[in-house]
Amino acid sequence: MATKVVMEALSPTMEEGRLVKWTKAVGEAVKSGETLAEVETDKAVMELVARGDGQLLQQVVSEGATVPVGNVVAYIGAAGESVDAAPVAAPVKAAAETAVSPQPSAVSVAVQPVSASTATAPPDATRVKASPLARRIARDQGVDLKLVLGSGPGGRVVRKDLDGVAAPRTAVAAAVPRPPSPVPSLLVADSGAPFEDVPLTQIRKTIAKRLATSLGPVPHFFLTSEVDMERAAEAREALNRQLGDQGQGQGKISFNDIILKAVALALTKQRACNAWWQDDHIRYWNEVHLGMAVAVEDGLITPVLRHADRRSLSDIGALARELAQRARERRLKPEEYTGATFSVSNLGMLDIEQFTAVINPPEAGIVAVGAIVPKPVVQDGQVTVRRRVRLTMSCDHRVIDGATGATFLKTLKQMLENPLAMLL
Amino acid sequence: MANQFDVIVLGGGPAGYECAIRAAQLGLATAVVEREKLGGVCVNIGCIPTKALLHSAYIAHLLSVAAEFGVEAGPVKTDYGVAMKRSRKVADQNSRGVEFLMKKHKIAVFKGTGILQPGRKVKVGSDLLEAKKAVVIATGSRVKGIPQIGLEINKTTVISSDEALLLEQAPASLAIIGAGAVGMEFADIFNAFGVPVTLIEALPRILPLEDADASAELAKSYKKRGITVIAGAKVTKATVAKDTVMLDVEVGGAKQQVETAAVLMAAGRGVNTENIGLKECGIQLSDRGFIKVDRALQTTAAGYYAIGDVAGPPMLAHKGSREGVVVAELIAGQKPHPIKYDNVPSVTYCHPEVASIGLTEDQCKDQKLDYVVGKFPYSASGRARGTGETEGFVKILREKKYGEILGAHIVGSQASEVIHELAVARENEYTVEEVELAIHAHPTMSEAVVEAALDSLGRVMNI
Repeated sequence: MATKVVMEALSPTMEEGRLVKWTKAVGEAVKSGETLAEVETDKAVMELVARGDGQLLQQVVSEGATVPVGNVVAYIGAAGESVDAAPVAAPVKAAAETAVSPQPSAVSVAVQPVSASTATAPPDATRVKASPLARRIARDQGVDLKLVLGSGPGGRVVRKDLDGVAAPRTAVAAAVPRPPSPVPSLLVADSGAPFEDVPLTQIRKTIAKRLATSLGPVPHFFLTSEVDMERAAEAREALNRQLGDQGQGQGKISFNDIILKAVALALTKQRACNAWWQDDHIRYWNEVHLGMAVAVEDGLITPVLRHADRRSLSDIGALARELAQRARERRLKPEEYTGATFSVSNLGMLDIEQFTAVINPPEAGIVAVGAIVPKPVVQDGQVTVRRRVRLTMSCDHRVIDGATGATFLKTLKQMLENPLAMLL
Repeated sequence: MANQFDVIVLGGGPAGYECAIRAAQLGLATAVVEREKLGGVCVNIGCIPTKALLHSAYIAHLLSVAAEFGVEAGPVKTDYGVAMKRSRKVADQNSRGVEFLMKKHKIAVFKGTGILQPGRKVKVGSDLLEAKKAVVIATGSRVKGIPQIGLEINKTTVISSDEALLLEQAPASLAIIGAGAVGMEFADIFNAFGVPVTLIEALPRILPLEDADASAELAKSYKKRGITVIAGAKVTKATVAKDTVMLDVEVGGAKQQVETAAVLMAAGRGVNTENIGLKECGIQLSDRGFIKVDRALQTTAAGYYAIGDVAGPPMLAHKGSREGVVVAELIAGQKPHPIKYDNVPSVTYCHPEVASIGLTEDQCKDQKLDYVVGKFPYSASGRARGTGETEGFVKILREKKYGEILGAHIVGSQASEVIHELAVARENEYTVEEVELAIHAHPTMSEAVVEAALDSLGRVMNI
């Protein structure tokens, strides 16, 4: 039987290719690995090679034509073999082809389970399996089922998985938040096996799917800047003293709050970084909705501080704490963790001095905040000890160019080093 | 070695033989050891033959009311011996069916008493069998009687269900001690065969494990049929003569005597744990005499599992069968879904039938659950009126806030069949609303489930 030759994804982001030139004529013998045609991709002109031996039976597209990845461009087969005229129009799922092996994109690799032998679509990480009772309880209690580990058949969320997350069955007892068991409660106890396969939770699937669409396809670059936090620290102490005097001691302002506020304000000044990559256009946001990465059991989630630029420091602090708390209790509503225009990730509390964060598409940037540590620095020709923090910005180069990102980071640095600049 | 297997199952009852079939399906070399007939108590002297006798009783009942339906059957004569022989035929057919299944799945069957030995070995007569993976104990239970009050089973005047199932003719009169499922079913049978029956229950009501409404409904029905029901009764003394037994019964301080031709002991089942080598293998018993098992049904000795009645209550064939399947899958290295012991249906096949699942109303009260009762009587069902079987009801206990089906109780014709949609609903955590949303055929007994669900939501339609 004749073998189809399809347009392959010759680069990770390639979705279509222009057939520049056929290098084999119809009737010519071809061997696996030989070049059939030159194809112009989104990056360069590359070679489309044969994946089977035989004769080039038919060229389906003519030179100059643009073909979506997966579509048939030619047939290879034995001499005189007829081409079962499969219509060309519909894009063919590349993975289903026998003799063709397009590079699977990072996305499908990441989300597809071990048995990726068939051409079935990757499981939808956003679909939640839950019993009607669990749905009802979750809806009533504001629990996001996506964040709950299901112990029922096929990972289905059942009532008992909501124990501790939602209020228990008796209306009398109070709900005590308790993290659900990290491993599905299977019957097998202490099997003594060398390993255990734990089914993916919804949140883990979502992380896998979301982040695999980031670092692979999104062209990242990273900018790091060290920021002096002495004046921010002084401002913070003064503000907290004042809050304490007003009897609002509980809601003290943290360094994280100050950084969130500064990022939000810097975004209003550098709108180019407050943007979404939308494939065929870029959406520059006039509103600042700041995502804040929060570690939760078995995953992380990014609740969103809406209109962060318009909020006061203490307001940001209170909201950030509340969202983080509810994120850990898995009680965020979908609208509370979607729609960020830019994000901040902070691992300072874990003594990480500097790290790079993965962009959360379609956002174009994220700032990774390290630990604030006292360091010897040279100031006015003298070595002094100052509290310093390292900020690393990850940028989507499709939206933010080097200088744009650097300017944003500089604005942010200025605000933190001179907190009064936030008032400007 | 010929006598080496992956799995050896001790006992060929519904727990044991289903365990063996599942193990064989999973490619394990499997043997079953059975000292009597395959199928165990259930097939031979339990579930199956009693259902055959209950149907005889049902036919007798139908004939007694046939004239009302325009069918003249003439004077009805019953013969327990004939009914018994038919029930034996049914039981034997089923036992042979199990034998066939063993052959079909290439399961080796060893006839004889198996004695457990350390090292996953089982001795059957002169054969020594060895299990590479596991030994599964499924030795079941038997009727024990209450020797403390002089009611030791003597197989003539004091009998158990084992003897009742083999009687050539019905006794002149019968006192049944214990009004659980067994007592209720035999009361139904012998009443239909014209025997004056006295049903004596120690607890305050008959069917003490069922919902109080079900007990009351059955007490009413039985009394109407002429069965004497004495609940909350203590048998203080039994005087066993050659042809009669005199029972001294105390009810709420008042004493009375019951003279009867025979006593059927339908209380006190004991598990078969004696003389099977448990101690030698380090297999411990629980305080209540069952074999101690963990959540994976493994005993205190590694490689020895216990399933069915010996592994603990509820002592029901279908619970044992499920345990058998789960244990086979565990032994084969699979990860079966945990058994939901709170979702095992319970059925008494007397007329009207009683079927239930989940919590009773009293249990809901004890657990201080916020619940609503939905109830629909069969007297309002078109189908029930058509068959003249208007006794009974469907009762659903709905958790007030989320509609969870906490429990369901059905009394009535076909209750044993109707209960299962509620079993499926509970297994999948459907609430009353999902049950109600499923369109039910009209007219059926199952429609009453929908009506009870609706009643719990305050919008019952047909009453």
